[in-house]
Amino acid sequence: MVASANTRLRLETAKLTALFGSFRAVRDVSLLFPANTVTAIIGPSGCGKSTLLRCLNRMHELAPNTSVTGAVLLDDMNIYGRNVNPVELRRRIGMVFQRPTPFPTMSIYDNVAAGLKVNGTKPREKIDDVVSGALQRAALWDEVKDRLHTSALALSGGQQQRLCIARAIAPQPEILLLDEPTASLDPAGTQRIEELCHALKRLYTIVIVTHNMQQAARVSDYTAFMYLGSLIEVGRTDEIFTKPKAEQTEAYITGRFG
Amino acid sequence: MTGVVVAFAFVAVLALVLILGNLLLKGATSINWDFFTKSPVPAGQTGGGVANAIVGTGIIVALAALIGIPIGVGAGMYLAEYGGGRFGFLVRFIADVLNGTPSIVIGIVGWTFIVKPTGHFSALAGGIALAILMIPMLARTTEEMVRLVPNSLREAALALGYARWRTSLKVVARTALGGIVTGCLVGVARIAGETAPLLFTALGNLNFSLGINRPMQTLSLQIYVYGTGPFEEWHRLAWASALVLMGLVLIISLLARWVTRQRYGSVR
Repeated sequence: MVASANTRLRLETAKLTALFGSFRAVRDVSLLFPANTVTAIIGPSGCGKSTLLRCLNRMHELAPNTSVTGAVLLDDMNIYGRNVNPVELRRRIGMVFQRPTPFPTMSIYDNVAAGLKVNGTKPREKIDDVVSGALQRAALWDEVKDRLHTSALALSGGQQQRLCIARAIAPQPEILLLDEPTASLDPAGTQRIEELCHALKRLYTIVIVTHNMQQAARVSDYTAFMYLGSLIEVGRTDEIFTKPKAEQTEAYITGRFG
Repeated sequence: MTGVVVAFAFVAVLALVLILGNLLLKGATSINWDFFTKSPVPAGQTGGGVANAIVGTGIIVALAALIGIPIGVGAGMYLAEYGGGRFGFLVRFIADVLNGTPSIVIGIVGWTFIVKPTGHFSALAGGIALAILMIPMLARTTEEMVRLVPNSLREAALALGYARWRTSLKVVARTALGGIVTGCLVGVARIAGETAPLLFTALGNLNFSLGINRPMQTLSLQIYVYGTGPFEEWHRLAWASALVLMGLVLIISLLARWVTRQRYGSVR
């Protein structure tokens, strides 16, 4: 099979189950995230969508008493394979969280450069380039270019979140995971992030967890609906929102539960 | 009700005012250049100073800080970042017991394990005794400060591909640094005035000495010896020493305040 560059497979879960103790938060999920697309994971609170996301960069296992069965394939390599170093893996997969998490002791510049330094020291000019490039791609450059060496905490919430996106994409990851990235932002901030998703999918494969269905409809190419840890339905976003196949999906997107 | 607590607060402040006022009244007149630069003169003579005790306090406190801060802060980092298990519980429990141990007991421990085997009192033994006093204090304050760092920052660093140790060091410890440094300074201020552990270890020395393998004087020991001595001249110097010691502790405490002020702007 010769896949074109636009549809080549990047990330896939195979019968993925994630546990907290004996509780199965994610159950047997097999899901495909095609390259250079935005996939939204939607579902009611507690449906396991964030846990699923955290399995994709092996963050799930950092919580005590957790385990994972099944596989996550990144270009056909199982990231849960025995010779995969989770720390190195996470450098290939960027993640942005619900609340902005700029490092409070670091300047705007150092925040963006934070992920670069763990990849081995690079010459200063190279880092300068990468930092300004990442800030430009995160649509923050114009607002901060004159104060790169001031505290990141002085930025607004929306700016901080775009800073976190810049920090996540600076090391040039292949995948970008967004865990409800606009949950703590105002509408204007939300809109900027959503526009970013559109712009960034040219470069990255994006997975976004959201409990805002309008957001999923606006930003994603594919939508996966989860309920009680199971994947109920996945498909093209326009199809999921106009003619869902599963009854539960329809009930959720029409606001009858969740 | 408000009146009652205001009264209590007033009494608490009054104690400090009385102590400081009394020290100033009785000690200030004896403080002059000689007091800081000369060593004690033989008993019965007038004049001389406590340079030996001031330098000795500096050396012994520095020794204690040198030994105590790395161990105490390191243990605190461990407790906060990795101390969830049984060993962490044990360390925490021991630190709490040690925190409540009377300081004279620490002095006896220092005598038993350092002075007796080596055959002589020494400044080093004093520094170690004070370090033992300081370590549990620093471990618990460091732990508390590190625990205040939100978990979301740890996750953000780990998601960037930081190893666990690098996350602890570059993100968590740096974020908590102000609190940790304050804890260290408060710890130093606390031990700078200790007397009991030093009686059995550093012993005291009426001559100027810089050797950490020999007995050494500190301000607190000087106050003890001079305050309980029979000479008016000694009492005078004891009051002045107390004032200087109090001032020293005050300066360290102010420094601690200064460190915790809003930090970022001044870093670069």
